[in-house]
Amino acid sequence: MTGPGPQPAPAVPATPTWEDLVTSALLGTDRRPPATGTGAGSGPGTGAGTGTEAASGPAPDAGRRARSGPPKEPPLALLDAAALHTVRRRAALLPAAAGPALPVAPPDPRPALPPAARRRLAQLLADRAAPAQAAGRRGSAPDLTELLPQWLAAANLRRFQAPPALLPALLDAARARTDLRPQALQFAGTRGLWLARLNPQWKFALRGTAGGTTLPDIRDAEAVRNLWEEGLFAERVGLLGAVRAADPSAARTLLASTWQSERAEDRLMFLDSLRAELSAADEDFLEHALADRSRNVRSVAAELLSALPASAFAARMAARATSCVGLDRTGDGGIVVEAPHECDAAMQRDGIVAKPPTGRGERSWWLGQLVESAPLPAWRARLGGRTAEDIVALPVSDGWQEELHAAWCRAAIRQGDAQWARALLGPPALPPDSGPGTASLAERAKLLAALPDEERAGWVAAFVSAHGLSEAFQLLGVCVVPWSRTLGRAVVDALDIARDAGSYPWSFSGVMGLAERCLDPGEADRLAVLTTTPDEAEGAAPGAGGYWSEAFQRLVGTLRLRAAMRAELDGTAPEGTAP
Amino acid sequence: MNQLGVRWTAEQVLALAPDAASARAGSRLGTAVPWSDAGYDGTGALWGLCRGSGTRPYRTAVDLTGPGAAAKCSCPSRKFPCKHALGLLLLWVSDDPVVVRETAPADWAAEWLDARRERAAARGSAEEEPGAASVAPAARTADPEAARRRAERREARISAGAAELEQRLADLLRGGLAAAEHAGYGMWEETAARMVDAQAPGLASRVRELGALPASGPGWPVRLLEECALLHLLDEAWLGRARLPSALATTVRTRVGLPSSPGGPALRDRWQVLAQYDQADSRVATRRIWLYGQDRGRTALVLSFGAAGRAPEVSLPVGLAVDAVLLPHGGAGQLRATLGEQFVPPFPASGTPPGGSVTDAVEAYGRALREDPWLESWPVVLAAVIPAMTNDGWQLADKDGRSALPLAPRALGRPGLWKLVALSGGGPLDVFAELTPQGLLPLTAWSPGSPAPTPLT
Repeated sequence: MTGPGPQPAPAVPATPTWEDLVTSALLGTDRRPPATGTGAGSGPGTGAGTGTEAASGPAPDAGRRARSGPPKEPPLALLDAAALHTVRRRAALLPAAAGPALPVAPPDPRPALPPAARRRLAQLLADRAAPAQAAGRRGSAPDLTELLPQWLAAANLRRFQAPPALLPALLDAARARTDLRPQALQFAGTRGLWLARLNPQWKFALRGTAGGTTLPDIRDAEAVRNLWEEGLFAERVGLLGAVRAADPSAARTLLASTWQSERAEDRLMFLDSLRAELSAADEDFLEHALADRSRNVRSVAAELLSALPASAFAARMAARATSCVGLDRTGDGGIVVEAPHECDAAMQRDGIVAKPPTGRGERSWWLGQLVESAPLPAWRARLGGRTAEDIVALPVSDGWQEELHAAWCRAAIRQGDAQWARALLGPPALPPDSGPGTASLAERAKLLAALPDEERAGWVAAFVSAHGLSEAFQLLGVCVVPWSRTLGRAVVDALDIARDAGSYPWSFSGVMGLAERCLDPGEADRLAVLTTTPDEAEGAAPGAGGYWSEAFQRLVGTLRLRAAMRAELDGTAPEGTAP
Repeated sequence: MNQLGVRWTAEQVLALAPDAASARAGSRLGTAVPWSDAGYDGTGALWGLCRGSGTRPYRTAVDLTGPGAAAKCSCPSRKFPCKHALGLLLLWVSDDPVVVRETAPADWAAEWLDARRERAAARGSAEEEPGAASVAPAARTADPEAARRRAERREARISAGAAELEQRLADLLRGGLAAAEHAGYGMWEETAARMVDAQAPGLASRVRELGALPASGPGWPVRLLEECALLHLLDEAWLGRARLPSALATTVRTRVGLPSSPGGPALRDRWQVLAQYDQADSRVATRRIWLYGQDRGRTALVLSFGAAGRAPEVSLPVGLAVDAVLLPHGGAGQLRATLGEQFVPPFPASGTPPGGSVTDAVEAYGRALREDPWLESWPVVLAAVIPAMTNDGWQLADKDGRSALPLAPRALGRPGLWKLVALSGGGPLDVFAELTPQGLLPLTAWSPGSPAPTPLT
């Protein structure tokens, strides 16, 4: 046969039939001679009345030769006949019946990309398809794959439509990189989702994260209810998230309606989705969940409740925690700590884990959990009306300081309390080990996240100026992009200092990569002076100057590229400079 | 804008890359940072200095006037065009301000450009003089008598090869194709090597393809018998070529593997590029460029070859058109032509080539088979077709939803399939494809929503 679809025309009456020929060929003419045997009769030239155009091709010539010569051997006679059949079959192909039509993709009202931006996207996606470069020197050319997330975010911000021809590459990119998915799927839009349904490789796009596009309209109460009751787990998680974003209390009601019948793992996931838009209105439901059969569900409920400082739960925790920590009336006015002696049933119901991990004392473990879950404003009243700064500055007796401050850090992170976060971070210029709060960079980064954007950038800038870049990576990661002018300059100055100090640029590759993505593109011109290769300073690492200038070249190149990408999306890129 | 018309697209530039690694390296260089003193003028010249790892920057110049883009670079790379030329082109297509519009090329670039254009002009004028063209081949072959004897010897070798192949096919059929399933590639490779010895590369490659059929899944005996029968037909046609009409005899000579040469009258037209794609085997990259004459409605195939790491010389990205002369090759049912003189640089093509229904397509294919039964594929433009999914794969269906042609199995694994589907969005589009006995190989699509054609290769 000749492919799945085109059907050969009804066989022309000629002997032997095609099926006979195939059978003879398969078994061998020795074992099974073709039906008409040898001789002139089977020559292809005798295909008179075939009615197909093929008869006027060269086949008759070959046939004439066969006729005029001596009788052919059976295998060759069979091939003669098969050749005639083959050409005839091919020439007589007919179209197949069309399969069911695809649904038509819903229209995408967003405007098309400007041509320059479209070219840029094609380039970014083409570069992505290439395998990652070997580790080591990164050269002076920008790393395009790292710019794709920014490009997508910028395009979405301007509400552009994805070019249909690039959708497959876009979906492939999102498939390979989960961090790209939300932006890529938003950009891909309805046509992207339509396409993803046709290719099992792009199933991920259907998991309901695509801005609610696979989900029913969340205002359609009946459709929401149907999907909630009959949908797959992933669809339901997506639905709950979407409803929660639009109407937090409707989501809670939805969840409560089936709460009793959900499996424990599912309850855990669903409960977790209440983390978004958490408010005092959720308290009753969470309080109820504290009595859940599953320990994990209980502890998530407790964690969520502790982020609601006005809740009854918070009040209970505050009472417990403040009873353990107080002012030392006798001595220097510091803090005295009396860790709890037992973890009773009520505490356990409120999510306190009774059994400490190996190597930790029970009482300090309980204390840590209590303080972590207690609302921070409670301490002000408890500790003589002091501000967070003053409280953090108080001495703590009997070596409880580390334990207590660490718990306060966790509480400030969980409750997003900027005042306490600021106090616990301390002044940025202080060496990290001697400051209050915590020395852990990861914890500090989380504390920073509780500060307002501008203050955060300022704090990190001061930190970088004081301590250099070697410990700044995680802290920089929580700053808003593009970096503020102060922060950007602090980072660039620190890089410049590191270069002058004679170290190699790859010691700072993490920060360099961040700077490429996060610096304000407007800084490019100011940075251009750094791209020259300086004379080798005495005592510097050999060749470092060249590598630094290469690294700065890449930095400047990337910044310029980002500026160009933005201009292309804004349609302000120079388009054709010729007359 | 300028004589070059609209700028190319990044895809068109990347199509010039000899391999994927060069494309990658080229796009890394497609940023302003390493470049200096870069510029272009209105005549299709583009130049720039690219800082590499050495102290002296590389001098890269590109000439866009010829077929494709000719490039020269002072870097040591043996790839052609090198990554610097690709980077420079990408910079130019992205309108980067570092590439400045100038009235004349930089001196070092002008030297090469002028020399190149003088050579091209000299070639052009030589072709115009009827005497010059006939003198050149004579000068190359010192002794026409010896050449004739060589050709005769080769034909005799091919005849011996064809006779041997007939014998082998007869033996195969006598024992049955079922045995071939277990014989593996070895038997076919050995036969193919014999055909190479017989200087019949066309027979050799057909034999090699036979070797893959027993492993090609259900229905393989049918496919194997078909191909054996066509090979047999070709053998017979070669051995009896003296009695064939001359056009058909030329086709047979081409199919057997004798070089084909432009023979027909020159055709000047505005040739619209319908598709361009490369097929690479271990030794040589073959670029197939389908052209459609907008004035006379003729379709032609230009082949360009590149050996060992070099991209084929001619590059005509989809979306462009050339005002040029094509020299058709001889032979019944042959579309191949050689690109002759181009009168202006390629310009953007407008419009979609006229197309037909899927029924028109199979009819055209059937008619073409009448001229050349060994035809592997036939170019067709399908107007307003819609992709449809069936249990066996994909098809392109007429807008009325009745008739359809399946996509060939080898089209299903290509990224172009999804581009095609994405472009259609379930609606009709125009598709240029090669129709093969196994189904369609879509090459280019024109969708109502997008102004430029989209290559699907």
